[in-house]
Amino acid sequence: MVHLKTGALALTAVLLATTAVSAQQRELKYYGDFDPIPLAAMEALIADFEAANPDIDVVFQNFDHEGYKTAIRNFLTADSPDLANWYAGNRMAPFVAAGQFQDVSDVWEANGLSDSLGSAKASMTIDGKQWGVPYTYYQWGIYFNKDAYAAAGVEVPTDWAGFVANCEKFSEVEIDCLTTGTKALWPGAGIFDYINMRTNGYEFHMDLTAGKVEWTDPRVKATFAEWAKIAPFITSNHAAIDWQDAAALLIQGKAANYVMGNFAVGVFKEGGMTNDNLGFMVFPEITPGIPRAEEAPTDTIHIPAGAKNVEDAKTFLAFVASADAQTKLNGAIGQLPTNKNATVDTSDPFLSAGFETLSTAYALAQFFDRDAPAEMAKVGMEGFQEFMVKPDRIDAILERLEKARQRIYN
Amino acid sequence: MSRYWKRNQLRLAPWLFLAPGLAMFAVYVIIPIFQSLSISFYDWDGLGEAVYIGTDNYVELIDDEAFYISLKNNVIWLALYLLAVPAGLFIAIFLNQTVRGIRIYKSLFFFPFVISQVVVGLMFSWFYAPDFGLFYKLIELITGQGIAILAEEDYVTYGIIVAGLWPQIAYVMILYLTGLNNVAPDQVEAARLDGAKGWKMLWYVILPQLRPATFIAVVVTVIGALRSFDLVSIMTDGGPWGSSRVLSFYMYEQALSEYGFRMGYGAAIAVVLFAIMMVFISGFIWKMWRDETER
Repeated sequence: MVHLKTGALALTAVLLATTAVSAQQRELKYYGDFDPIPLAAMEALIADFEAANPDIDVVFQNFDHEGYKTAIRNFLTADSPDLANWYAGNRMAPFVAAGQFQDVSDVWEANGLSDSLGSAKASMTIDGKQWGVPYTYYQWGIYFNKDAYAAAGVEVPTDWAGFVANCEKFSEVEIDCLTTGTKALWPGAGIFDYINMRTNGYEFHMDLTAGKVEWTDPRVKATFAEWAKIAPFITSNHAAIDWQDAAALLIQGKAANYVMGNFAVGVFKEGGMTNDNLGFMVFPEITPGIPRAEEAPTDTIHIPAGAKNVEDAKTFLAFVASADAQTKLNGAIGQLPTNKNATVDTSDPFLSAGFETLSTAYALAQFFDRDAPAEMAKVGMEGFQEFMVKPDRIDAILERLEKARQRIYN
Repeated sequence: MSRYWKRNQLRLAPWLFLAPGLAMFAVYVIIPIFQSLSISFYDWDGLGEAVYIGTDNYVELIDDEAFYISLKNNVIWLALYLLAVPAGLFIAIFLNQTVRGIRIYKSLFFFPFVISQVVVGLMFSWFYAPDFGLFYKLIELITGQGIAILAEEDYVTYGIIVAGLWPQIAYVMILYLTGLNNVAPDQVEAARLDGAKGWKMLWYVILPQLRPATFIAVVVTVIGALRSFDLVSIMTDGGPWGSSRVLSFYMYEQALSEYGFRMGYGAAIAVVLFAIMMVFISGFIWKMWRDETER
């Protein structure tokens, strides 16, 4: 039976489901931060789980997405649930370091997850142990407006040189070659991640976000030199607009390309784009021969250290990790399952492209603000924003980032 | 017991009445001041162990470019926000006449102060928004090249201050309007008989009588400028690249935002901001004390 503290709809669901309540049910408290569509999908998953485990009662409470980021710090220390949503990579490091998440390596071991969730294992591992279970991820790449390409009379590029050359053509017909909206900073980091991974490779990118490389390193400068080639063609007022505003520019054909995550497809389609004029391409190769790495931010579920019902929480994690559950959940929210045995909806070209892209990728990055520690992410993303507007300040920006690196990582 | 009460009733009663207020004030204002002070000497993420690091947070602050940008912006805020005082006075004098429907005009002028700062911020962001904002279009019409105020590091702070001035002027106007009600008509009459009018009347007769209103207007404006936070948060989130931050916003960002949780460093910023405010607050208190005792 699902308890929800929000919505009358849920109440009806509860009433319908309470016909066969047994007094023997064990309570499993789960806190999450879902938007409406994923919320419905997760409720369906919980219902399936309860059907399979009639003796467990999942009490789920949903939080506002942004508010959750602050709330989790309070409830982990004060009144801990048995399960909690969070993110993979460095984003979970502070909680692992503070002993707020439990080691769930035994769940991975017992269910063969190292194999089935292999692509996400590295981002769930700290000190050789796994600290949670991933249930969904999505690809990043370049989304483009085919009409804008037709208006400028250019072909979809196959390499970086072609992409840069196209930008000249787009500017002649007053179309922004690349758009972004960096008011909230993070969209700019997607561009940096890709150019850096394509210029210097995945290992270098990981070393950089882990603070092992200086920001004034010539290889970092090489990344920014590539970026400078397209900087003049990026939407000029991006610092004042949100990512949805930039999506509108792409929809209207005022911009041609957008480095974004797959969640943006919904916004593009709401704006009137269809599979016919919305295109997706993998970010083009810059340095030839570098293995292709991709961005795939992963959403995860963890067991807090203060959990009371650890046994059932682990049963739930194993269920969420299973191929069937992930197929159903991700089918409903339009994202990619992390379990390689799960299947995706082949009628959605963006999902199939994403599945193809990620499953053939050499390695997966989480995203700049999840790979780098929070403080570094903030300083870094401000630097990226400034660079895109004032490319000539590159030396001052890199020195500032280097100064931040020396302080943050020691 | 009761004898003690009877003997000291007059001395004790005020304290009993003050006690709830004092307790609240201590718990929510006085004690937190000292707590911030002590946290500012620690390195603490709000979750793990707090490590004592002495004055390291302050040393870092001295070398922090972002801190100086915030400080500079606070000074700009303070200077420009004070424009609300003469502007409010001007509007108050303008509205201080008996015309049919004047109450409606007064209410309309007061309107921006009634709506939430968040709404003011949103309205102005749309006003400045690139491509469709009214202001952007206007500039584009005149110069041929639109300016997205909130994306330009040189203009962004001024853009936000203008948004902040709008409700602040309304507030000051109300203060002066009530002040003008109390201006003694016989003095104005006498001055008129002596041939005073225009600027001289305003400067030598009206303004001196408005001194209490002016004092309150300056106090609320100075405090309002120093604690400006909501508009910055709503309109730019401190951007572009941190160039519109003010101290209170920087403190929030470091201590409580998504990428922050440096409680110690945030507390250090709070202490600096408190010190700056203290300069003004002591000035105000000193003046009030002097006025009270002179009577």
